[in-house]
Amino acid sequence: MTSPIKQTLEVPVADGEGERYSLRMGPQHPATHGVLRVDLELDGETIIECTPQVGYLHRGFEKLAENRTYAQALILTDRLDYIAAMANNVGYCLAVEKLLGISVPLRAQYIRTVVCEMSRLCSHLLWLATHALDIGAMTVFLYCFREREILLDLFEELCGARLTFSYPRIGGVRQDVTAYFIDELQRFLDIFPSKVEEYETLIDTNRIWLKRTVGVGKLSGEEALALGLTGACLRGSGVDYDIRKHQPYDAYNQVEFEVPLGSDGDIYARYRCRMEEMHQSVRIIQQCIDQLPPGPIIGPDAPDLVMPNKVPARIEAGTNAYGTGLIRLVRDRNPYLTGDVYVATEVPKGELGFYFVSDGNNRPYRMHIRSPSFIHIGALAAIAKGELIADLIANIGSLDVVLGESDR
Amino acid sequence: MESMAIADRLRAEFPGEILQSYSNQGQTAVIVRPDRIVDMLRWLRDSDDLRMNHLRSLCGVDNARRKDPGLSRFEVVYNLYSIPLRHEIRLRAEVGEKDPVIDSVVGLWAGADWLERETYDLMGIRFNGHPNLQRVLLPEDWVGHPLRKDYPLKGKEEWAGMTELLDKIKHLDTFGFDPEGHAHGQAIQNQEEDE
Repeated sequence: MTSPIKQTLEVPVADGEGERYSLRMGPQHPATHGVLRVDLELDGETIIECTPQVGYLHRGFEKLAENRTYAQALILTDRLDYIAAMANNVGYCLAVEKLLGISVPLRAQYIRTVVCEMSRLCSHLLWLATHALDIGAMTVFLYCFREREILLDLFEELCGARLTFSYPRIGGVRQDVTAYFIDELQRFLDIFPSKVEEYETLIDTNRIWLKRTVGVGKLSGEEALALGLTGACLRGSGVDYDIRKHQPYDAYNQVEFEVPLGSDGDIYARYRCRMEEMHQSVRIIQQCIDQLPPGPIIGPDAPDLVMPNKVPARIEAGTNAYGTGLIRLVRDRNPYLTGDVYVATEVPKGELGFYFVSDGNNRPYRMHIRSPSFIHIGALAAIAKGELIADLIANIGSLDVVLGESDR
Repeated sequence: MESMAIADRLRAEFPGEILQSYSNQGQTAVIVRPDRIVDMLRWLRDSDDLRMNHLRSLCGVDNARRKDPGLSRFEVVYNLYSIPLRHEIRLRAEVGEKDPVIDSVVGLWAGADWLERETYDLMGIRFNGHPNLQRVLLPEDWVGHPLRKDYPLKGKEEWAGMTELLDKIKHLDTFGFDPEGHAHGQAIQNQEEDE
């Protein structure tokens, strides 16, 4: 007769008696999602002190932007959150439009809403894939990348790029959507909800998944708010804060959707929030392409950049109306308004805010980026303290950080 | 509440502290003295009809090349938002030119920790009472604060840490690696030719 398998494992508890040691996790660690280094003080497997170190990817965007025109600085925002670059572009454009008082045509607003939600799906799919992989669920990874590929192909159809788009521009979008794009997007929307359910059948009630996520990394609403968490991390703790509802931009006040809220504030609650957000994103995109109004895609007072509507088959440098290439830079727009604005948008990771100061020049006098990932990593020390080292991996994944955005 | 009304309430509560309030593109900002910034932010956070419980952003601005007259060289900008009441306000605290310093708000919002470290790192504004005021994005031994207007966009010297790293690579190369560092493929090719 065999002895019964022991059902509960004894978790080693830090009693302060054991020998402390320090461990340096990263920056080359697969579970840190980029170049994040975490310096840990451990007692057994319990974290006594956790110090995240960032800056490996610091490129000085805020300084660079002060030396570029508003249209030129747009490409820097692609490199912030490179998983959802479209949402960053839109956030930047909205801020500059507010700063300079530029209007956006309705059709462009709808297209922007569509691409924002598509990038939210992209980001959440990548998050789910890597988060599940970190915890040990390998299968989900491949399924998520299968669907993400369709979205990237759609982006390629839309603007030619798969990762760094620069597709939205100040005062509208760069190119109109094609009928083929709409058809393919519709096909994707038809199949996608069933795919989300497929992921859910894989992990939603999986015993290992539940053991690794339920009750781990718990934060109350007040704690999450004090730490500055936004996005699904805050909503998982039950705080109803979604900028798409609070301060609607683009076409978000024209569409119906719900903001999923959690209550427990643990990793599982955040996971459920993001899964539900994917369903809501599908709803938003569906309404947008159903209602998509006709009209121009770029406002009359958009600065700096003029794209040709009809691209000639062959461009001779300097011989045509387009200057040396496809893009003609117009430098004589004036006057630029002075003043300062703070505009926030709900990107997949949380609240992405741009604080602009303009002194009437054609370059931003000061651009500050409030990036959600930076603040989320700052909060990691408070969340991980006293927990097990294995749960740190789950916590980093659950905060959904991307280091390009954190380090700027 | 209308954001201009919030500015008026703030002026009534802290009469000597408010220098100017204005509205730009529908957003209201208040320029304040730095001395009682923590009191002001605590009052904004805890008042029952304001409840500004979300610190959206905290950053520094260098006004050295700004055309508006009468601004102090450095200022710290706080963007606040009330999640239950859905209104916002911006506070701009003037912190002077020489040795800019202001009280830390980490006690009010724990998340301000890294935001203040970032402001110190890039703008060189110090925060009184901050638990761990060190550089966060740049290396610890970096000289200068890059977001100041008198900091050049492109420097002439290499960062000391970089030279150290290059020296270390050279030292390691004495143990048999190619000093150029790109010749490994070449070596394999030569080997194949020998065979």
